[in-house]
Amino acid sequence: MKQPFEKLVEQHGRTVLRVCRVILGIHDAEDAWSETFLAAMRAYPDLPDNANTEAWLVTIAHRKAIDVLRACKRQPAPVGDVPEAPTTLGVPGSGDGDLWQAVGALPEKQRQAVAYHYVAGLAYAEIAAILGGTTDAARRAAADGIKNLRKNYPGATTEGAPS
Amino acid sequence: MTISPDYFASPSDPDALSRLRHRLGLAAEAEGLLDVAYTTVDSPVGTLMLAATRKGLVRVAYDIEDHDRVLDTLSQKVSPRVLRAPQRLDAAARELDEYFGGQRQVFDLPLDLSLSTGFRQLVQRHLPEIGYGQTRTYGQVADLVGNPKAVRAVGTACATNPLPVVVPCHRVLRADGTPGGYVGGPDAKKTLLRLEAAK
Repeated sequence: MKQPFEKLVEQHGRTVLRVCRVILGIHDAEDAWSETFLAAMRAYPDLPDNANTEAWLVTIAHRKAIDVLRACKRQPAPVGDVPEAPTTLGVPGSGDGDLWQAVGALPEKQRQAVAYHYVAGLAYAEIAAILGGTTDAARRAAADGIKNLRKNYPGATTEGAPS
Repeated sequence: MTISPDYFASPSDPDALSRLRHRLGLAAEAEGLLDVAYTTVDSPVGTLMLAATRKGLVRVAYDIEDHDRVLDTLSQKVSPRVLRAPQRLDAAARELDEYFGGQRQVFDLPLDLSLSTGFRQLVQRHLPEIGYGQTRTYGQVADLVGNPKAVRAVGTACATNPLPVVVPCHRVLRADGTPGGYVGGPDAKKTLLRLEAAK
């Protein structure tokens, strides 16, 4: 049975927002969130009942984020203005601006793999389906992303993350 | 620091999400994607859930009907494009408020009776002819719809009324004058009858 769309928003709205934020930063994240759920709502009646709704939503968010990146004509790794405007990414006063900077500095594929695995909790096979390429490549991109994060933000570990 | 989903949380998440959800409701309405909008309102008979299609009010549900189950049914029978979007229910919420405040006797709202069919819908279409503060027996309603023998079927039509309060099935009583069953429970029926008797 297909759940009311509101339940999807309730269950996955927060995760999709965090994913968009990792990929795009805080401001564009909200627009990408809106476009993701609007597009999802349009397509929802045709989604098979047994589909993994979270993976589906993250896939849509991935495409919307790419649209935003293209529309802004950004480089794949949008690090340019991050150091000057740390509060647009991190939580003001919480001191994690450095992590956001490190996340923003990751190559696009690595940032996506980290977002979809560590934020959305998707399996590497699902991530491979979103990014194209093999499951191994997705696993490698996430691992490289984490390695880079550790290098640029030494406090980061992956302890307790979903595997 | 651990890279976990919570790591990417922000204290402003709840605010951001409620703003985004509100915006989604408006955008979905503007794009013609909002097949079912719903909200909940407080009332003397408990929290009522109101749902509307583009055609009109499609469902009023009592707490004891389990709002989540009602939403599931709407998703299956009408459309899964369901969102909490109070703006479409503004007029209904206002009229119900006036009704419970004793300032309104007739509802003037577009209704969507598509959740019921056939004889049940026929009965439900006729129920508003029973005026505020009046009551009829199940048998009298059977007469009213031109099918005097269908007393039981009238009972079923009242029990399955998708729009209680607004479509006044609470004004239909047993032949012996006792209230009879009610979708919102017997206490809700008594509360409504008492409210209307106090005019």
